[in-house]
Amino acid sequence: MRDKQIEDLKDYKYGFSTDIESFKAPKGLNEEVIRFISNIKKEPDWLLKWRLKAFERLKVLKEPNWQKPKYPKIDYQDLYYYSAPKSFKEKPKNLEDLDPKLLETYKKLGIPLQEQKRLNGIAVDAVFDSVSVATTFKDTLTAKGIIFCSISEAIQKYPDLVKKYLGSVIPITDHFFATLNSAVFTDGSFVYIPPNIKCPMELSTYFRINASDTGQFERTLIIADKGSYVSYLEGCTAPMRDENQLHAANVELIALDDAEIKYSTVQNWYPGDKDGNGGIYNFVTKRGLCKGKNSKISWTQVETGSAITWKYPSCILKGDNSIGEFYSIAITNNHQKADTGTKMIHLGKNTKSKIISKGISAGKSDMTYRGLVDISKNASNSTNYTQCDSLLMGNKCGAHTVPYIKNKNSNSNIAHEATTSKISEDQLHYCQQRGLNQEEAVGLIVNGFCKEVLQQLPMEFAVEAQKLVGISLEGSVG
Amino acid sequence: MEQKLKTDFDKFISTSNFSNQEIKFKKEALDNFLKNGFPSRKLENWKFSDIKQIIQKNIGELEFYNDYNIENKINDDIFIKEIEHNKIVIVNGKVQQLSFEYEESDKINLTTLDNFNQISNDDNSLLSLNNSFSNKIYNILVKKNYSFKKPLIIYQITNKKVSNTNINFQLNFDLEESSSIKIINLSDDNSEKNFINNLFNFNLGKNAILKNYKIDKKNNTNIKYDYSSIAQKENSISETFIFSSGSDYIKNEVSCNLEGQYSSAFINGIHSLSKNKHHEIRTNTNHSYENTKSYQLIKSVIDDSSKSVYQGKIYVDSKAQKTDGYQLSKAVLLNEQAEFNAKPELEIYADDVKCSHGSASGSLDEASIFYLMSRGLDQKTAKKLLINGFLLDVVEKITDEEIKKLIKKMIGLN
Repeated sequence: MRDKQIEDLKDYKYGFSTDIESFKAPKGLNEEVIRFISNIKKEPDWLLKWRLKAFERLKVLKEPNWQKPKYPKIDYQDLYYYSAPKSFKEKPKNLEDLDPKLLETYKKLGIPLQEQKRLNGIAVDAVFDSVSVATTFKDTLTAKGIIFCSISEAIQKYPDLVKKYLGSVIPITDHFFATLNSAVFTDGSFVYIPPNIKCPMELSTYFRINASDTGQFERTLIIADKGSYVSYLEGCTAPMRDENQLHAANVELIALDDAEIKYSTVQNWYPGDKDGNGGIYNFVTKRGLCKGKNSKISWTQVETGSAITWKYPSCILKGDNSIGEFYSIAITNNHQKADTGTKMIHLGKNTKSKIISKGISAGKSDMTYRGLVDISKNASNSTNYTQCDSLLMGNKCGAHTVPYIKNKNSNSNIAHEATTSKISEDQLHYCQQRGLNQEEAVGLIVNGFCKEVLQQLPMEFAVEAQKLVGISLEGSVG
Repeated sequence: MEQKLKTDFDKFISTSNFSNQEIKFKKEALDNFLKNGFPSRKLENWKFSDIKQIIQKNIGELEFYNDYNIENKINDDIFIKEIEHNKIVIVNGKVQQLSFEYEESDKINLTTLDNFNQISNDDNSLLSLNNSFSNKIYNILVKKNYSFKKPLIIYQITNKKVSNTNINFQLNFDLEESSSIKIINLSDDNSEKNFINNLFNFNLGKNAILKNYKIDKKNNTNIKYDYSSIAQKENSISETFIFSSGSDYIKNEVSCNLEGQYSSAFINGIHSLSKNKHHEIRTNTNHSYENTKSYQLIKSVIDDSSKSVYQGKIYVDSKAQKTDGYQLSKAVLLNEQAEFNAKPELEIYADDVKCSHGSASGSLDEASIFYLMSRGLDQKTAKKLLINGFLLDVVEKITDEEIKKLIKKMIGLN
């Protein structure tokens, strides 16, 4: 099918040449490939050394295997670690070439036609110029002194900042996938908010030019300097397709004194088909460091996609009075598997953390909340509150809760609650009696179940996420 | 250690009279233990309590040969006077006395087991260790429709004749249909620095009731591992109460398999710790049938630099619809150095269930102390009162009034 498409496109009138393809690094993971990546990106010497150090470490590390979802062995030598953006030749030309199912979902989400095209990498006409939109935003940001660019650009333009903070939260000696990312990361976002600046808008990868081609090893670094505030959005509600099966991104957040970072994710990667074939492995390492006093980091995530989601956005509460928050909705359907949660590591005094996790599993899927709350000896007067609720639909799916709770400080309080249940017949009956069909009723109830988390999302995101919650569960009842 | 284990095992076999089949089984168990060694923190179940390290640090070289031929005198002073009861007296891992004086003898069948419990798995090498070094295993069978008239108290005594030794003990109970038994398991340790490894096995038939109360109060420097496996048929009830306070280290593990409809399991526990004790309770409830119920309540009071751990798992099979599972663990930390770790875990594959767990840990409520002090109590008394109230909650769950009274008196809670 695909070959045919390419064949058809051979005489594409704009005739993009294929020389751009030559930027592909050879298959396999070795020192040469890492040098190739570093070279092609014209990276300074220190970064190459840093990558190589990570690679050295990677040689002795083993893939972790304690997680609940097991996956077939990945052959790391069989992957491409660098390839330049695709030419139009390989991309679908018209929306009609796409999977009709996908189009249906777009329609339900209310995504504009042009936007649908952009999401699938179809060349968009001049009327819809996302580049110019982005540029307007960029001017506003520059006026405030905010740096928002790709990490490759930041390495060239702001090497001091990058050098200082890159790897300071997720060291290159961390676990297997984080280290792999450190060795071979290709691109990602970089944000720096100068002292006492409140970022006037929600920053999103959406506005960054070429953001969709950051590849499978994305690296994001966000630094909020003293007294600043930023809200960052990652991903979007529309289904995203990608041919790379493994995604091992690293996200590092650093909040200095009195700074606040709000990081929201809506993840809707391709989950594989109804029988569990294909789909993306999303093995992401996300970690925030509340470095300064009174700093705050808040993670919000809506995870509906990917065949396997395996991530724990965490907070290290180092500064006194710092606050960490984690709000999560994870929905699995069909054969999807998710093992997600958070770690709250309390090191400073008077630190507070809050975890609200809502898991919904349907079909033949499997969902695990796994979390750690660790209050160390010196973290006096710290508190944590954790609530994880799971909803099961059908008896072929699973919902699991695995919290680890460590309290080493007698002045600190930890409270943890978890429940697992199903949608009650009474609630369904009530809604159906009022004229909703079963699917709508379930959607309504599930949205109520998730409300606490949805509220944390930025306004425009929340509306879409709400729709997404309903769509993800389609076909799971009845 | 390997050489030591082998020589001690040979010595043990040559001084006992086991059948060839038994020896073969014991050898297999030993091989399994040799393969895996003592469990360490690398295993998920032992994450919070690395028994390998704890034994190395506190005992050092262990003696595996335990001479079951030594005769021990039993001092009558140790027996409980308050209630009439049947006795099993175990000294240093050997059964010295079995008396069911209050029961009808034809309703109880006492045998030694030739077929061992095959609960040896790679995951728990301590069971293999127990199988290879334990003495003759008694099986107590309670016949159909018979209820024990008086409680059975199991006195588990260690004396000064053993030290730096690994003591293994195993006991088996079969409760036939509609039978019931009440057991108090009382530890009386007069020895130092031994590693005591107990395995209790209960098979509950239809409608059977087991009430099992485990008390470890006397201060001692022994390290203990206590495993209870409870298999439950239709409509059976098991109640387990654990008071864990005396020994330097204990890991109490209770595993309940609810294999029949309407069966239910209750596990309640108290950790009352001071100095640098390290105690753990791990519960594992498997709901594999419809309409089963389980309940766990664990409370810890942790002082000085002691450490309390609770790991609880509720597993619900996809067949086990209408399961009701509840689990609560609470801890009060009295000292800066104290530590509480918990891992309450739910693994659920059925949708029509009601499962929840809660865990809370922190200091004593300042406002409550203030309230009591404003009523004229000094701070110490106020704290004591609050702690008593906190723990009493668990003791009150004991369903047998007579035993409840006895236990309250024993552990000084009123």
